[in-house]
Amino acid sequence: MAAGGFFFKVSFVLSLFREYLANYLKTKLAYRADFWAEVISDLMFNAANLVFIFVVFRHTAALGDWSEAEILFVYGYYMIPYGIFSCFFSLWDFSERYIVRGEMDRVLTRPANSFVQVMLENVDPSQLVGSVVGFVILVSAWASLGLPVDWYDPLVLIVMVIGSVMVYAGIYAALSAVSFFTDSPIGITPLLWNIQNYGRYPVEIYNRAIRFFLTWVLPFAFVGVYPASFFLERHQNLGMAWLTPVVGAAVMFAGLKIWNFGVRRYRGAGS
Amino acid sequence: MASAYLEFIRIRFLTMLAYRVNYYSGIVIYSLNIGVYYFLWKAIYGDASQLGGFSAAQITTYVAVSWMARSFYFNNLDREIANEIRDGSVAIQMVRPYSYLLVKFMQGFGEGLFRLVMFMLPGLVVVMLLFPLDLPEEPWRWAVFFLMILFSFLINSQINLLTGMIAFWLENNQGVMSFKRVLVDLLSGVVLPISFFPGWARTVLEWLPFQAIAYLPGSAFTGTLNGSEVAYAIGVQAAWSLALILPIMLMWRAARRRMFVQGG
Repeated sequence: MAAGGFFFKVSFVLSLFREYLANYLKTKLAYRADFWAEVISDLMFNAANLVFIFVVFRHTAALGDWSEAEILFVYGYYMIPYGIFSCFFSLWDFSERYIVRGEMDRVLTRPANSFVQVMLENVDPSQLVGSVVGFVILVSAWASLGLPVDWYDPLVLIVMVIGSVMVYAGIYAALSAVSFFTDSPIGITPLLWNIQNYGRYPVEIYNRAIRFFLTWVLPFAFVGVYPASFFLERHQNLGMAWLTPVVGAAVMFAGLKIWNFGVRRYRGAGS
Repeated sequence: MASAYLEFIRIRFLTMLAYRVNYYSGIVIYSLNIGVYYFLWKAIYGDASQLGGFSAAQITTYVAVSWMARSFYFNNLDREIANEIRDGSVAIQMVRPYSYLLVKFMQGFGEGLFRLVMFMLPGLVVVMLLFPLDLPEEPWRWAVFFLMILFSFLINSQINLLTGMIAFWLENNQGVMSFKRVLVDLLSGVVLPISFFPGWARTVLEWLPFQAIAYLPGSAFTGTLNGSEVAYAIGVQAAWSLALILPIMLMWRAARRRMFVQGG
């Protein structure tokens, strides 16, 4: 019975997903020019970061003891979970849209899980272009570093990426839930947007406080440098790399708990 | 009439005071950013004493001061304008007896003043205590720096007005706005001084308005620009802030003719 219930739930969510995706495509096809502007601007953002790396390495041979190809490898990895995360969980203006304008009340009157609904309403497959580009960067850095390819590498990559996506999802669920307790718009997203970028550089270059922060407080080191280090022979850090799926699961679990707690406390902004 | 515009500055200043969470999270962002870039640049320099015309001490100062200046000149006027165009409230503002763009500009200035007083100045003190900064001893450099970031605010806001007004033509200009944001951060020199770019890119960047936002004031403050170079840099900033007025006026005229409001 329990298994049957679970199966029903999953197929219910999947059917919702199909509906939302169809809706997404319809709206996007109505604003075609903007769709491409969005894809290009996302790529531009990554291009800007790559320009930073390229320009800096014109002046130095190594960052700490990481070479340019190694930094690029980490960056390529970083783009993959980031793209998947922003495809499914773009909660950028959650407090504006759902709390201040009261959309959350509509979500809560429906039978599906509120987090799943909010997630599905904001599905944005254009973000996956970033993941593809990241994968290309990763593969080319892999080749230029001459790293060996083991049979299990693709599998490990998938596990690591899932772990990293869960780190993102958990943190964003938790921080979006903060808006349930306050009805004024909070500027927390730019904060995260900045911090998540730090995880794509080797953490050893930071001091103890920032390293601790990125590993245990807002564990964004697990969306970039730690999992990527699994594949980099010279910087392999197996312990931290394998913590990625563990930390991912823990953060996701905690994030959803906080979300649900927030939903129970939510009383609406009034109108 | 002028006092009405001053009132807009005051009101925005007070509105900023009301959003306290925003304020605290801003402080965390900027100190983290400065901290992270400090270590990043330390790793980049390694044993090198000078890269791209900056010594290791100068680059730290440059990064800290550029981020602090950014807190003053940064605003979301483009987003505000685009939202008001999309929800139609721009139409009501257009019939009021003031210049819509000037009001937006004043509101941006109120926001900037708030962050200058409440954020940039105390932040600078904190950063000074945390990191070994190489602050200029000459008082004129400080004066010039504050004059120059005033121009930074002007140019950055003008670019924001232009980007925001694109919403008159594209109903949804989110993409364009984030594109602009990335462009400004990269090409203005906040994350990377222009002198680090290869020669050909530098030539291109020197002909764009972005470097006038962060690179020029940062360089004047850290001392990589001297004497007549500083005067020239201020001239470049003044020229850009004048030159950008024309496209803004042209676009505004065209927009008024083309504007339609969906629903009411």
